[in-house]
Amino acid sequence: MRFTRPILSGLAGAAILATAATAQDVNPAVAARKAHMTLYAHNLGLLGGMARGNIEYDAETATAAAASLAALSKLDQSRYWPEGTDSDTLMETRALPDIWEDLPKVVEISGTLVSASDVLAAEAGNGLEALRASLGPVGQACGACHEDFRVSDD
Amino acid sequence: MRRIILVAAALILIGTAAFWGATRPEVVIAAELAGIEPDLARGEEVFWATGCASCHAGEEAEGDDKLVLSGGHRLETPFGAFVAPNISQDPVHGIGDWTTAEIVTAVMKGTSPDGGHYYPAFPYAAYGKAEVSDIVSLAAFLQTLPADATPSAPHELALPYSIRTGLGAWKRAFVTDDWAMPADTAEIERGRYLSEALAHCGECHTPRNAAGGLDTTRWFAGAPNPSGRGNIPNITPAELDWTEADIAAYLESGFTPEFDTAGGSMRAVIEGTSKLSDADRSAIAAYVKSVPPAE
Repeated sequence: MRFTRPILSGLAGAAILATAATAQDVNPAVAARKAHMTLYAHNLGLLGGMARGNIEYDAETATAAAASLAALSKLDQSRYWPEGTDSDTLMETRALPDIWEDLPKVVEISGTLVSASDVLAAEAGNGLEALRASLGPVGQACGACHEDFRVSDD
Repeated sequence: MRRIILVAAALILIGTAAFWGATRPEVVIAAELAGIEPDLARGEEVFWATGCASCHAGEEAEGDDKLVLSGGHRLETPFGAFVAPNISQDPVHGIGDWTTAEIVTAVMKGTSPDGGHYYPAFPYAAYGKAEVSDIVSLAAFLQTLPADATPSAPHELALPYSIRTGLGAWKRAFVTDDWAMPADTAEIERGRYLSEALAHCGECHTPRNAAGGLDTTRWFAGAPNPSGRGNIPNITPAELDWTEADIAAYLESGFTPEFDTAGGSMRAVIEGTSKLSDADRSAIAAYVKSVPPAE
């Protein structure tokens, strides 16, 4: 038992070092695209919260979040996805190599997200039902990419 | 000596007959279905709950194309790759000329119209727990779907798994009428019916033993992904801390509580669960929350 404490603190120290090393080693393109996904989720969180009745509907904030989402969907992503940043090569990503093998499909889905987000941006201020109806296709576009191009979670 | 050989031969014959008798493919005959009226609307609900389209729709199908059950989805397992067959209404390449009893037999007993065993990649071990009337209604709904002439691809299995004879023994060992989990309330019981019999969640979310049977002591504890890289997650309370409302909302919209979306094969599952009633999604959520934690 007397060894437990030093071993545990040693492990904790190693874990901190490992975390620091991982944080440092994350490929900058992977970090950037994950940050982009976080911004999608932040805006979807408000819109989805309203759609589910967990957040009170407000046309102005809904419109602002949907406009942000639509703007995000149009940002140039070409530098997010350099070759060699797939899940077979890097530990820190769930992006399947299939992305680079079927880029036209990825681009097509990304176009679907742009048009669905534009509809949402136009509709989000027109009442809760309009928001709900136009949020579904955005989720469909997100899911279309995650279905074929992301490693299943564990 | 001659007598011993005769006795031995007789014993082998009896043994073979007993093995065949015990493991022969079971069938449902038309007379057993007499008086069960199919309900098309119910059949469509069952179709989406059972997730037929998840494996049998064409690989790139979206929207209404999900109803074209031309097959092709691959399940990679330690036994080899199973390829979902065409179950569209094409009479040659699909199931267009099957009777209702043949469809019910296939779905609930895992037996083909020519009397062979299906591999349990087809989740008849789950569907066998369904109400017969639900599967009769499902059969009627399947019969309304389009025909597609894409030929079914063969499974790609290694010996000895490419020989189907052993499947009768597999069924005896692993197919049971018993539910995997208890159900303490009417809602959990409804959720259990939807999850264990129809949606067959355990087929991917529960780990398997070396013979490919579900390890019911680790129900929903997660397993390797049979449809690509990564894992199918543990959805017991040991890993999943979502509320019932979170789970029900996910099954409707595909959005997680963090507003990530479902990916991989779960997206096709949600395509189905999004078409269920709110009450049914809540029942599934109540059931999932009732499953004990497992690592």
